[in-house]
Amino acid sequence: MNKNKRGGLSRYSQLLVPLIAILVLVIFNLIRDPSFFSVGLTANNNGDPVLQGNLISILNGASELVILSMGMTLVTAACGGQDISVGALAAIAGSVFVKVLKSGGSISPLLVLGGFLMCCAVAMVFGAFNGSLVAFFNIQPMIATLILFTCGRSIAYWINGGATPTVASPIINAIGSFIPGVPIPTPILIVLLMGGLFALLFRFTTLGLYIQSVGINQSAARLNGINAVGIKLLSFVILGVCCAVAGMIGVSRLGLINHETLLINIEMDAILAVAIGGNNLGGGKFKMIGSVLGAYAIQALTITLYAMKVPSTDVKAYKAVVIVLLVVMGSPVVKEAADRVTKRIRAARRSGTEKEAA
Amino acid sequence: MEEKGKLRREPITDTQLLMTITVCIFIGMYILAILIWGGGFKKPQMLFDMLNDNAYLVIISCGLTIVMITGSIDISVGGVTALVAMVGVMILNGNLTLFNGLIAALGMGEGARIVFALLMSLLIGLAFGLVQGYLIAHLEIQPFIITLAGMFFARGMITIISVDPQKGPQNLMDILQKRIEMAWLGSPNKKGVVIPARMEIGVVIALVIVVLVYLLLRSTKLGRSFYAVGGNRQSALMLGVNVRRSRFMAHLLCGLLSGIAGFVFMMHTGAGNATNATAAEMNAIASSIIGGTLLTGGVGNVIGTFFGVLTLSTIKSIVTTSGLRDPWWQSITTGAMLCFFILLQSVVLMRKNKRKK
Repeated sequence: MNKNKRGGLSRYSQLLVPLIAILVLVIFNLIRDPSFFSVGLTANNNGDPVLQGNLISILNGASELVILSMGMTLVTAACGGQDISVGALAAIAGSVFVKVLKSGGSISPLLVLGGFLMCCAVAMVFGAFNGSLVAFFNIQPMIATLILFTCGRSIAYWINGGATPTVASPIINAIGSFIPGVPIPTPILIVLLMGGLFALLFRFTTLGLYIQSVGINQSAARLNGINAVGIKLLSFVILGVCCAVAGMIGVSRLGLINHETLLINIEMDAILAVAIGGNNLGGGKFKMIGSVLGAYAIQALTITLYAMKVPSTDVKAYKAVVIVLLVVMGSPVVKEAADRVTKRIRAARRSGTEKEAA
Repeated sequence: MEEKGKLRREPITDTQLLMTITVCIFIGMYILAILIWGGGFKKPQMLFDMLNDNAYLVIISCGLTIVMITGSIDISVGGVTALVAMVGVMILNGNLTLFNGLIAALGMGEGARIVFALLMSLLIGLAFGLVQGYLIAHLEIQPFIITLAGMFFARGMITIISVDPQKGPQNLMDILQKRIEMAWLGSPNKKGVVIPARMEIGVVIALVIVVLVYLLLRSTKLGRSFYAVGGNRQSALMLGVNVRRSRFMAHLLCGLLSGIAGFVFMMHTGAGNATNATAAEMNAIASSIIGGTLLTGGVGNVIGTFFGVLTLSTIKSIVTTSGLRDPWWQSITTGAMLCFFILLQSVVLMRKNKRKK
């Protein structure tokens, strides 16, 4: 009985680190400035009432990171390595999106849909390229994606002929900030949609199970009739779609594509989110919700530092200290030590109750 | 007896095979460049320019090769290099008041600043290596995350120390940027005056480090244990190799080398800037891979890495000389070449492994 209960809890023990991180940040902010969490309705430029506040900007600002870390979780689990080209790929997807929008005269909903499908297709092709290097040629994911990391932003530059074109349209505005009449920022809604899609995917297909088994032992998975190469390839293609969505949000937010700065360094944050979420970077079992919480924890940390008036260039150093503390907390050695302590306490308690009973 | 010999030579042959491919491709590419574009590539100075510009990258890549051989990774190297360069320049130009006081108290002249800059470089590098090595080897945290945090920390510290770019003072930089002139390798310029080939002191440091690391990896107990740990950690442990110590030492050495690289970088550029050595870690990883080091560990060689750096910079020179001046071509061709090398290695190793079976 007792054992079962522990088993149930330990299934979620990997979520402990991101949850503690978020909790610490919440408590810290409450002590520092209770008004940090105030959320208010204010009218935006169009006169629509919209939600505003630090909490909303955390949820809103983390959208791209959350979407990318969802895809990154799958790649990490299936291949035991990370894709470092997601930022570059998002820049390519964003460039394609803008290129399609610029090709028509006026920006109609149909054109936006076409642009989205086009950038998804391009990102999926690049994802498949990465995936085939990993799946067919057995190259380490980090090395395979180093290629696109090196030249991805240049390809994005090349797509738009070296310019940084702007796109201004109410539809783009609706994707990047607010749909008229809806007070919640659209990127948050897109994250919910993506999360829902992934939840349905794992609920109604065996993809999650297959990915885990390929990540734990590829040969064993293959002997059980799972197409390991296909699963690895698929995980990269799904990450490609995530990159396309993130790139589209990023472009819509600013209304322009800047290949140099769009989602810069986000690959590192995405990998970090996966790791903070308690997923093993060596592949195998995964919990997507952990990565999502990890991504929100990273964004909450960044916003907290901004709220404390830390210059944006210095944020990295403080972030590094917090990250090290977090991973030290979640490290196997510390976990073992904590286990030993809890065991001793439990043993002491048991002996105490036995004495009482006697 | 034959069996035994075979077994012992096995891990080295992989390394040598990949290294030979790289060296051959580099020489082939350089000869091709001389044949097609002649001119600049014929002059020895072209080669020396490549070395002058990339001396720091050679040193970083050596450190990264050691770490990669143990099956780990360090992406903080670029950040540490930039941080060291920034601190070094600020010691030289007297913007770090702490060192001004120290030098005045000890009653030393201006030249002492160089000594302090060098000491601080080694110290910063060692500190990063020590902390990262401890966390990775003893607390068993994933190296990628720790060194990523290291990179964030180093890059953040640069702007905390100084937001503005810093410049080294001319008199001290003149000492540091003294060049070794070799008249016998000189080539005539447009006016027919023979300009001797120039090589910076940093290149000598880099070459010495390549040789030292080569000897370390080849013929010391510690060096061999790196290969053992990278090849198979479990078997290394069972054979009595101190796995923790090896991994710790690898990261310590890598940190130290990136500190030295920072000093060499400062000698070359004479400037401290937040964007110094951007993406140096990825260039170093790429060089190591081109040089035949596998990220999975157990296979690698610094001589190959050295040629990897040269190959990478030759590609870049070829792109610029061939008239593709648009900024995107350089990285697109680099990416394509990287793709070629990675595929080549994977195919060669796959075929070799198949034959073994």
